[in-house]
Amino acid sequence: MAIDLVSRRALLKSLGMGAVAGSVFRVIPLEAAAYAHSVIDAEKADAGGYMPKFFDAHAYKTLQALCETIFPADADSGGAVEAGAPEFIDLVTSENVGFQEKLGGGLKGLDANCTSKYGKVYLECAAGQQKEILDLIAYRKNAEVDAGLAQSVEFFSLLRNLTADGFFTSKIGIKYLGYKGNTFVPEFPGCPPVPGLEA
Amino acid sequence: MFQVNSRKTVYDVCIIGSGAGGGTAAKVLTEGGLNVVMLEAGPRLDPDRDFKEHMWPYQLPHRGAGIGGLGSNFGEFLAPNGFWEIDGEPYTTAPGSSFRWFRSRIEGGRTNHWGRIALRFGPADFRAHSTDGMGDDWPITYEELAPYYDKVEAYIGVFGSKENVPNAPDGIFLPPPKPRCTETLIKKACDRLNITCIPSRMAILTKPLNGRDACHYCAQCGRGCKSASNFSSSQVMIPPAAATGRLTMIANAMAREIVVDGSGKAEAVSYIDKTTKSEQRVYAKAVVVAASACESARLLLNSRSANFPNGLGNSSGAVGRNLTDSVGSDLAGYFPQLEKMPAHNHDGVGGMHMYMPWWRFGKQNEFLRGYHIEFGGGRDMPGVGGFDGVCEEQEGYGVSLKQKCRSSYGTFIGFSGRGEMIPNDKCFCELDPDVKDQWGIPVLRFHWSWGENEIKMAADMQATFRSVVEGAGGTVIAGTRRHPKPQGTAEQPAGKISKGGEIIHELGTVRMGSDTKTSVLNAHCQAHDVKNLFVADAAPFVSNPDKNPTLTIMALAWRTSEYLLEQAKKGEV
Repeated sequence: MAIDLVSRRALLKSLGMGAVAGSVFRVIPLEAAAYAHSVIDAEKADAGGYMPKFFDAHAYKTLQALCETIFPADADSGGAVEAGAPEFIDLVTSENVGFQEKLGGGLKGLDANCTSKYGKVYLECAAGQQKEILDLIAYRKNAEVDAGLAQSVEFFSLLRNLTADGFFTSKIGIKYLGYKGNTFVPEFPGCPPVPGLEA
Repeated sequence: MFQVNSRKTVYDVCIIGSGAGGGTAAKVLTEGGLNVVMLEAGPRLDPDRDFKEHMWPYQLPHRGAGIGGLGSNFGEFLAPNGFWEIDGEPYTTAPGSSFRWFRSRIEGGRTNHWGRIALRFGPADFRAHSTDGMGDDWPITYEELAPYYDKVEAYIGVFGSKENVPNAPDGIFLPPPKPRCTETLIKKACDRLNITCIPSRMAILTKPLNGRDACHYCAQCGRGCKSASNFSSSQVMIPPAAATGRLTMIANAMAREIVVDGSGKAEAVSYIDKTTKSEQRVYAKAVVVAASACESARLLLNSRSANFPNGLGNSSGAVGRNLTDSVGSDLAGYFPQLEKMPAHNHDGVGGMHMYMPWWRFGKQNEFLRGYHIEFGGGRDMPGVGGFDGVCEEQEGYGVSLKQKCRSSYGTFIGFSGRGEMIPNDKCFCELDPDVKDQWGIPVLRFHWSWGENEIKMAADMQATFRSVVEGAGGTVIAGTRRHPKPQGTAEQPAGKISKGGEIIHELGTVRMGSDTKTSVLNAHCQAHDVKNLFVADAAPFVSNPDKNPTLTIMALAWRTSEYLLEQAKKGEV
């Protein structure tokens, strides 16, 4: 874990400092801080199944399907559902009236469009039909051609942003990006050499 | 028979507020031998419980964002109790004015999550009026304050480098950290553009100091630091004061009024104990007000008596006047060459390693005074809202969008200008005649209007940002839908200048001066009208230079406290 990056010497020194400081400052040594961090990880592990706070069962299933389509699993990582994006979106939507109107209304609108076009709700549509409808609402330029699409495009844009939030703030999303920080290092190493950039 | 409370405790000094100024005063006064009682409007701080240091976004229900997924109150990661709005404790704005007031109700106040930027004011900043005729000169010079900057820096620890930049004095510095990739890139462009770009000056330890560990480079200073490797009053000023045995801290104590005796001297502070909702009173031989500039003005205005019908120490009418904030303007750029950067730990300290001090000092410019530039970005911890830009630019969905988010991650750098505002008659705070808070205390009403100089300065910032972005091979990016550029007005052009108060450098409302008709305090931050009343936050500042105020709050509070100690020893207060 992260603490490995601090040399044993630095750690001992830091614990020594902590003892000196103990008389006055309310500091905790680095080792203890790292320990506290791992405890939080363990507590989080038994989270269990999620009960949606805002969306009903059908809407939540649709939300999950859309999230996974926006950021699917691929060779490099899992997708938005594994990342917990639907849970995050449900929680913030339950607290945000603007999101409730846009996302709640948007999901109903999506089903209504699918029903009028294909005779069934989004989840029951064939893969090709789902792609056809998403390709319409995933681009602003389509709303410029057909103003009737404006609300759906707005809905999908917000959902896409929130799915990105949920995916890229998850454990798998952070790993996918290659973020290497949130750790303890005794000295900041600066910028690594980049071949071709120094020219 | 008269009831005499023979056990009434009279402290030497009552300090109101435990932030940068109050904490400094508590340390200096208790170490000098005085018995001090401190009133703090919020709870005690427990870093172990309160700080979110080293947590990942997925360990918090909102992934680090605020309730509702928005950035209100800076989100879940921020060190505790910092708010744009506080339930039950409102403030108002006059018609046509917009102003935002960030308050922190907790031991240590805003120093728990401040930006740690620790810049000295320069010699010219203390005599700006003599230079360009605007505003007023301070009643003290840089040379008078310099020894106190030395003391503060040597005690709290500030990193930086000796640079001899005009009017940006060097201090007593710990070594600066190495620059990040983003900073190396921008520094090169600045060199070509003749813009000074130097190591920043931050109150973060790059070496162990005075019993505190060195920084471990997690970039999370704003969350509060459990190892106290950065400066906060709660972790660095209050503990040594408490260790003297002469500090009595009363938490959850909202000061209502400073009470004067028949001779017009301050003798007590009445406050509300928020826990029991009861009225209390604490007696002291001297009072140091350090509640933050506007809160201190509010307290004085609310302390009305026969002797002081317009508020305590306010015979000049200057309390609440001369309110300023920093001029703020921001712009971000996308730098495609950063896509080649290998994954690496980019965190560093919680804030910039380099910055641009005002580099056109003494030159003929389109506006008076100056600004500095802060910048940051790159491979930071991913956060809510961080991918709006690329999602809205790229659109669509699926693996290609996911890959685009990855390739563009870490390629954005944001620039923020922070400039000097000149005080004007339209910017002030006063008591709202109609609105009281939940404790029955009249609230502040803010009046605000940027002057022409500030608008010109903000426009210059935008032009500079653009030249730096383009000079470094980047392209300027627009705001996103979730964080759109605000709708503009003539006075507040869209996206070009911050709202009043938004930079959280509000100050000047109980100012010092040598003229008793236009100032409240003398050169020792002692009230002209009440000799045992002092102010020790940013309210005494006569000007608001482009240097963040906290270091100067502490230097001035240290100087004020030494004067108060001296006066106490002579029996003068």
